[in-house]
Amino acid sequence: MSDGGRNSLPAEVAAEIEALRPRYPTEEALLLPALHLMQKAAGGWLSQASIAAVAEHLGLPPSKVAGVVSFYDMFHEHPVGRHRVRLCTNLSCQLRGSDQLMDVLRAELGVGPGEVTGDGRCSWVEFECLGSCDTAPMAMIDDDYHENLTPDRLRAALKGLD
Amino acid sequence: MAFERVLTRNVGRAAARTVRGYRESGGYEALGRALKLDPGEIVEEVKRSGLRGRGGAGFPCGAKWGFVPRGTDRPKYIVCNADESEPGTFKDRLLMEHDPHQLIEGCVIAGRAVAANTTYIYIRGEYTHAARVLEEAIRDAYDQGVLGASVLGSGFRHDVYVHRGAGAYICGEETGMLESLEGKRGQPRVKPPFPAVVGAFGAPTVINNVETLCCVTHILQRGSEWFKSIGTDERNTGPKLYAISGHVERPGTYEYPIGVTFQELLDGCGGMYRGRALKAFIPGGASAPMLTAAESGIRMDFDNLAKAGSMLGSAAVIVMDETTCVVRAALRLARFFAHESCGQCTPCREGTNWMRLVLERIESGHGSEADLDLLARVVPNVGGISLCALGDAAQGPVKSLIEKFGDEIRDNLRNRRYPLPRVPFFDLGAVA
Repeated sequence: MSDGGRNSLPAEVAAEIEALRPRYPTEEALLLPALHLMQKAAGGWLSQASIAAVAEHLGLPPSKVAGVVSFYDMFHEHPVGRHRVRLCTNLSCQLRGSDQLMDVLRAELGVGPGEVTGDGRCSWVEFECLGSCDTAPMAMIDDDYHENLTPDRLRAALKGLD
Repeated sequence: MAFERVLTRNVGRAAARTVRGYRESGGYEALGRALKLDPGEIVEEVKRSGLRGRGGAGFPCGAKWGFVPRGTDRPKYIVCNADESEPGTFKDRLLMEHDPHQLIEGCVIAGRAVAANTTYIYIRGEYTHAARVLEEAIRDAYDQGVLGASVLGSGFRHDVYVHRGAGAYICGEETGMLESLEGKRGQPRVKPPFPAVVGAFGAPTVINNVETLCCVTHILQRGSEWFKSIGTDERNTGPKLYAISGHVERPGTYEYPIGVTFQELLDGCGGMYRGRALKAFIPGGASAPMLTAAESGIRMDFDNLAKAGSMLGSAAVIVMDETTCVVRAALRLARFFAHESCGQCTPCREGTNWMRLVLERIESGHGSEADLDLLARVVPNVGGISLCALGDAAQGPVKSLIEKFGDEIRDNLRNRRYPLPRVPFFDLGAVA
């Protein structure tokens, strides 16, 4: 996305942002949608170059955009795995075994929370309540909810990732 | 107890996700009625129903709408709060995924009532599936003339847009949500002015929870008298979703008339997990002070729970059995609030972290009775003195921990029992 020092958005991201423009009375309101789109296109995280590109496209100071990125848990400022596991460990999941699932993640992936496996395939984090407490314990893997997990079901879900 | 499912009548009926299928169950008739009424009459009807907000604060919905200035040409907005991030809460996700048009209908009725032409449904970023279902339903609604330049041919314009959050509990707070919608860090604003006067993009704005707007649809369909006939009394009216999780046999979203007792809820979801004894329950999400087994006869409505020193909140009921270390449970929630404090106001930013640290010390076996006293001194200083209610919310679990379980914790501390043995949820013995 960096082009000889100039920051530019991938064309498809720019087009998607433009499609959203009529929804909002201000340019700034496009920022969260733009960051979601950019992060998805850029491998799941937002580099300084990505942040600068979004800032330039929307005419916002890069510092302002960086401040927004750092505020939200779903935006990442550092590389993440190709697959991202967010394990809910809030109370309802804790009561139904999320501790034991954390042990499974450590053992299966060989890395701790916030770390990326050596092959870049996977990273995992403890996450706050994902609003699926009736199917606890659960994890969000990439964009999908995996519910009513057991250690075996979690292992199977991890094995199913490319 | 016999009652009719109202809000969840379309749950599991996939056809309801299309305008056509939704109309088969009477869908969009309420909107048709609303379009024939004077906007002021819609507000009055909702006021008469006694509907109180289903998101957490329980503010009367009609009164909130009544604060929006009338007779101005300035744009106005409806913002639907679909940020559902209160730990234990998952009812709005069910409503959005199974019956998106029930919500869209409520949004347009609200828009008509306050003369707003745009609704933003601010949905938490993690709800990718619900967001997709809503987007599809909205597209269908435009195609069928339910949304757009002339809603159902009335000449009233209304647009509905889904706006995704990005993972921040504080964006469920009304003004934190508005900041986030405008593309900023979700830090709550100084109030007044309240959003009804200066809200999204500087314009008058009504912010209502998903379930609240779904209730509006049924009030317009069946009338305020019908709505008022359901529930405990005139201050606690209508059908209510209870989201039950934790140590019960069948966790899930259950619909009851508001004011059902906790014991009825528990019996309705198959009772305690593996028949174990009840130790404590949280009646209204992480912010709601815990109650004990001795209080299980309580009516789960706004006023009865407030009288008992807790709150209905989002009606997220988290049930804990006798194997639960209540200090560890409170610690988990304290960690949550410390993580989610936006950092603007010192009492909340520092106080939530202090509570977390002291609880960690007790739970890990490094604490003493003096720590419990310290906690009791810290708690009153965390809430009530900052821009929003996050600090107040963070007090709930800790305050009730001290009040309800203080003697037990002191006894455990004196006898050096912490950390209490953890009972594993999954029996892995056979594998090892």
